[in-house]
Amino acid sequence: MNRVKRQIAPYLLVLPGGIWLLIFFAVPMFAMLSLSLQEGDIVHGYRFTGHWQTYTEAISAYQEQIIRSLIYGVIATILLIAIAFPMAYWIAFYGGRRKGSYLFLVLLPFFVSFVLRTISWKQILTDEGPVLQPLRDLGLISQAFHILGTPYAVILGLVYNFLPFMVLPIYVALERIDPRVVEAARDLYANPATTFRKVIFPLALPGVFAGVLMTFIPASSDFVNSEVLGSSDTTMIGQVIQTQFLENSDYPTASALSFVLMLVLLIGVFSYARILGTEDVMKVAAR
Amino acid sequence: MTASTLQRPPASTDDSAKIKPKRRITGGGLLHFYTWLVIAWLALPIAVMIAFGFNDTQGRYNQSWNGFTFKWYGRLFEYPDLTSALITSIVIAVVSSLLAAALGTGIGYALGRYRFTGSGSLNLVMFATMSSPELIMGASLLSLFVSAGTGLGPVTITIAHVMFSISFVAVVVRSRVLTLDRSIEEAAYDLGATAWTTFWKVTFPIILPAVMSGVLLAFALSIDDFIVTAFTAGTTKTFPLWIWGATRVGIPPQVNVMGTLIFAIGVLGAVIANIRSSRRGK
Repeated sequence: MNRVKRQIAPYLLVLPGGIWLLIFFAVPMFAMLSLSLQEGDIVHGYRFTGHWQTYTEAISAYQEQIIRSLIYGVIATILLIAIAFPMAYWIAFYGGRRKGSYLFLVLLPFFVSFVLRTISWKQILTDEGPVLQPLRDLGLISQAFHILGTPYAVILGLVYNFLPFMVLPIYVALERIDPRVVEAARDLYANPATTFRKVIFPLALPGVFAGVLMTFIPASSDFVNSEVLGSSDTTMIGQVIQTQFLENSDYPTASALSFVLMLVLLIGVFSYARILGTEDVMKVAAR
Repeated sequence: MTASTLQRPPASTDDSAKIKPKRRITGGGLLHFYTWLVIAWLALPIAVMIAFGFNDTQGRYNQSWNGFTFKWYGRLFEYPDLTSALITSIVIAVVSSLLAAALGTGIGYALGRYRFTGSGSLNLVMFATMSSPELIMGASLLSLFVSAGTGLGPVTITIAHVMFSISFVAVVVRSRVLTLDRSIEEAAYDLGATAWTTFWKVTFPIILPAVMSGVLLAFALSIDDFIVTAFTAGTTKTFPLWIWGATRVGIPPQVNVMGTLIFAIGVLGAVIANIRSSRRGK
């Protein structure tokens, strides 16, 4: 009796949450797949017709936005690695007893709503704002110089909003490096650059990978930054999906685009994982 | 985690300081300055948000600085629809974080305590919910609700928030259960306690701090969520959705004040929780 209880106990514990994830995470993916193969409109309803042409039509209509989103995502991710790595490095190796406080400061933006943070950047970067107006008064930039509405503003917003997601995993990976390994490299006459290249960086790679996973995916599917800080020249695929779903109610096109985006991101992530190996990544990501 | 953080750094600083004292100072100093520069950059929009809550502006247009005032703190609830959006956000965050805590604790406890078939795929699903783009989760949930013909509103928002919070709670609880000293539970069994009594009287109090931090995490995820909420809200307005809708007509200073208060409460709560846990650690 007791053994039976022991065997079913984990299933009873997992069941409620598991069912919730099944119904509201897994099933919706199939609902979206089915919706993407339906035809009709919001007034007369949708019927399943297996109309896969929606995919080819949607891709050819919005390939520009898809490619732009991936480019912005890649640029933002590269900038994020470049900005986050030295910072995570310093906190991990020089932070001393204040490591926790520094990490807390890195997380500060999370205490302000995502939308509000981005709107705040808009306020800072407007033409009459505290950055551009003084520069223009000094004659350092021309009257026609803008930041808002350009790809620079959108990428700046993406980098800003996702920076903590890059700093944290790199920090975790660096923090776990045994100082004796670094000392051993020095004892064997490696100069600081070689020590970094041959010892520290390879050991930090799983953290970088986890960071890429946590930033590239949300950055390239984002629609808040390009909507608030961008213009019609910087439209990203997230905006298209959001508009098609919520404003035009063109559900088949919107779901087809969502699926394409998901597939592209999955392919990107998996081929990247193939190159670097997944074992260590899962370990860091799971922390 | 805290113990290793406290012990390791002095050892490394001492030893390497002996080897290359000069480089350590210059390189470290430069990176120190750089770190503070990035932190300042991270804090800049927050500072702007707080500052514009004190801006003596006319009506809804809050773009340029017109002098200092406290009046918006007194007129915080001037827009009834903004106030009700904030209340909606808080209610959804409370309900969804408690639900997610209950469901997530079950999963986290089972994963930390038992070995069972299917735990691998459960881990995979949790990893998927934590790393999927919010846009895709929101879009697919909307597809489900549209296909099922259910209306959208506070209930569907809550369902969605519970969904993306469960895994975070489960991960936090699992890591606590894994480090649990099982001899304490065995002692309870030896003293004749049933499994049920042992769980509630012994195990649960031990994992309660982890459950609580799971609740707080889920609350924070819920109250700030915009993307998934935008897809599952219908005509319901939460605080971030109200701000989003107001961008075209101008965002009143009350939004900055509310943002400032949420920020202050969040930071204060985190600092207090941190101090308490570090005391307990000693």
